[in-house]
Amino acid sequence: MTEEAKDPNSMTIIAFSGDLDKLWPTMILSSTGAASGMDVTVFFTFWGLFPLVRDDVRITGYDPMTKMLAGMNAPGMKKAKLSKLNMGGMGSWMMRKVAGKNKLMPPEELFDICQDMGVKMWPCQMTMDLLGVEASQMRPGLGEPVGAATALQKMSKSQINLFI
Amino acid sequence: MEDIAATVDAKGQSCPMPVLLTSKAAKELAPGQVFLVEATDIGARSDIPAWASQTGNELIESSEEGDVLRFYIRKK
Repeated sequence: MTEEAKDPNSMTIIAFSGDLDKLWPTMILSSTGAASGMDVTVFFTFWGLFPLVRDDVRITGYDPMTKMLAGMNAPGMKKAKLSKLNMGGMGSWMMRKVAGKNKLMPPEELFDICQDMGVKMWPCQMTMDLLGVEASQMRPGLGEPVGAATALQKMSKSQINLFI
Repeated sequence: MEDIAATVDAKGQSCPMPVLLTSKAAKELAPGQVFLVEATDIGARSDIPAWASQTGNELIESSEEGDVLRFYIRKK
């Protein structure tokens, strides 16, 4: 069996976390990769799926438990929390304030730039089913929901693979 | 110095914006045209050359004046 060559200009990121502190580098690296001519794909899975929910959607889920999980995880990119010392939103508010002062773009704006630059955003189908997140509740312009095998197939051809 | 076809003003902007704006400007130019990137983000000192090398665009010259970093790039 011949091994297919990896594309040095391809980067795949598994966005596994919905935390603000993980979302930021994911968006910075994806946009920079696209700006550098790379073929960039981000696979959003598990907690990483919540940021793909539109900011105007308050709650997702199909039963009390999944709705409660959505409430605890605050769907939407603008509502993403810090993984440490979030302190009821104070931490992420301060971080966004500091970022703004330093002209660092918020992740939701970087996300839009990424999409303009052709970064492929793949939601995880299994996570959508698991958490009861409907396609209609998610941001526009995403790729078709896919599974682990599709993500791995892409990773097997990418030279840069990150799990964030 | 050759004619400058465009100037990217990334002054005051933080990573990754200088690179994103540079890439955007490059897309709008014709091959061989030279453009100037101005930035104040210290990270751009290595980021713009890295971007040029990654994309095959030619970094002709770079200079610093006060806080401003200047890069002259020829589009591939």
